[in-house]
Amino acid sequence: MRQTELAVIGGGPAGLAAALAAAEAGVRVTIVEQDDRLGGQLVKQTHKFFGSEKQSAGRRGIVIAAEQARAAATNKNIDVMLEAAALGYYDDGVLTVEQGDRFIKLKAGSYLFATGASEKMLAFPNNDLPGVYGAGAVQTLMNVHGVKPADTVVMVGAGNIGLIVSYQLMQAGVKVAAIVEAAPTIGGYLVHAAKVRRAGVPIFTGHTVKEAHGTDVVSGVTIAALDQTGATLAGTEKMITCDCICLAVGLSPLAELLWHAGCRMVHIPELGGHVAWRNENLETSVPGIFIAGDVAGIEEASSAMVEGRLAGLAAAAYLGHGSQFDSLKAELVAELGALRSGPAGAKIRQGLAALAGM
Amino acid sequence: MYTQTAIPSREQVERTLPDAGRRVKGPYAVFECWQEIPCDPCHQACNRGAVKAFNDINHLPAVDHEQCNGCARCVSRCPGLAVFAIDETYSDGEALIKLPYEYVPLPSAGQEVQALDRSGQPVGKGRVVKVQQDKESKTPVVWLAVGKKLVHEVRNIGVGGQG
Repeated sequence: MRQTELAVIGGGPAGLAAALAAAEAGVRVTIVEQDDRLGGQLVKQTHKFFGSEKQSAGRRGIVIAAEQARAAATNKNIDVMLEAAALGYYDDGVLTVEQGDRFIKLKAGSYLFATGASEKMLAFPNNDLPGVYGAGAVQTLMNVHGVKPADTVVMVGAGNIGLIVSYQLMQAGVKVAAIVEAAPTIGGYLVHAAKVRRAGVPIFTGHTVKEAHGTDVVSGVTIAALDQTGATLAGTEKMITCDCICLAVGLSPLAELLWHAGCRMVHIPELGGHVAWRNENLETSVPGIFIAGDVAGIEEASSAMVEGRLAGLAAAAYLGHGSQFDSLKAELVAELGALRSGPAGAKIRQGLAALAGM
Repeated sequence: MYTQTAIPSREQVERTLPDAGRRVKGPYAVFECWQEIPCDPCHQACNRGAVKAFNDINHLPAVDHEQCNGCARCVSRCPGLAVFAIDETYSDGEALIKLPYEYVPLPSAGQEVQALDRSGQPVGKGRVVKVQQDKESKTPVVWLAVGKKLVHEVRNIGVGGQG
């Protein structure tokens, strides 16, 4: 059985920030990452980040990922396990991990789950045709493997992911024929939307996918306007020729291991579904188990990094390395408050208020 | 409506411009930033203090156009690619637009390109005067000369390929 002080499950923006903060406080950390590199979704984010200087605003996700990964790899307090999938959390506080053909038992004094989120699917006829992709897969093909995913894409979802991936597709030389959004207004940042709009991409709000066309692969899509009740309006159908329908219709927290661990789970739609209840230190109902990032509630990477630092320091304090915790905590809580205080943070504020009342 | 189409109204655009007196004095930046989001790199980018410090990171940028000289540092640093620099005094017949452009191929100085409006529609031709690189942001800024009438319409270029 392997032993460590703090096991961080997930080496994305939240997990890396957590591991680095805890290691700096003197904790021995093991990062368990299922991919072959650290960085999580950051490794695909070629656009500049929002936020303030403290959250690396104006810098690109790929640059932040490279720096954080290097910092983790060279930190003598951090062990990194790559291509290591956390399989289960057991009653005796043991985490099981599969790495290559090895089955590893890991016992830590504290656990921090930063497992992120998975993409939602959308139901429509022929959604099982090759050419129907999740936006994450399109980004991975393009930005990690350098593979052009299609010639002409119809993007479904005008949240930040749909808008950003549309922009990145155009940068890769792919035509984006349209962005389709069921909500009456654009959900993502309007500056992202304006950027794709001035490149000629029409945005159809209040529209949905009626069906995909094609026999072996996607050859087109019919979209239609929605009425007040969410039903499609007859006579508003538009057929668009494309070889890819890219779905960016939301994320769900990847919280299975927290269910395993017996954490108290609550359902909060504003946070993306089932999340673990936690206190202000991001500690769940199970003492010593912490969470940060999208698994705690779907939000931007800038908030995930701040949450990661906060949870990492809280875990360090739990493990007896907390001499500076109170002053650092106040600073990070203020940073999160500022990021969430505007209109763009309304949903997350509602979700957190609901959580606080539970 | 802007929140549905991502195309601002004429009135919205005009509200963003400095007053007529300032506009004929020389280059100035235009912040097409109309939604409160947590973001402040334009303040950090400005060497001249023209973009005021943010009391609340969600506020829209507060710009002192008397301090701004249209240098376009903020054009390359804005994460939203929402700032443009305008020089209505560029020449007798032409105005200059400095716009962020993150596509390949980059145009070269002297090249004639399509001038696109905020919906991506071609509204005329423009001449690339210069392509300015910013090592930190890695967002190139294209200096585009267009007919004076188009200066508040044109916000993108078509170089062949996308656009």
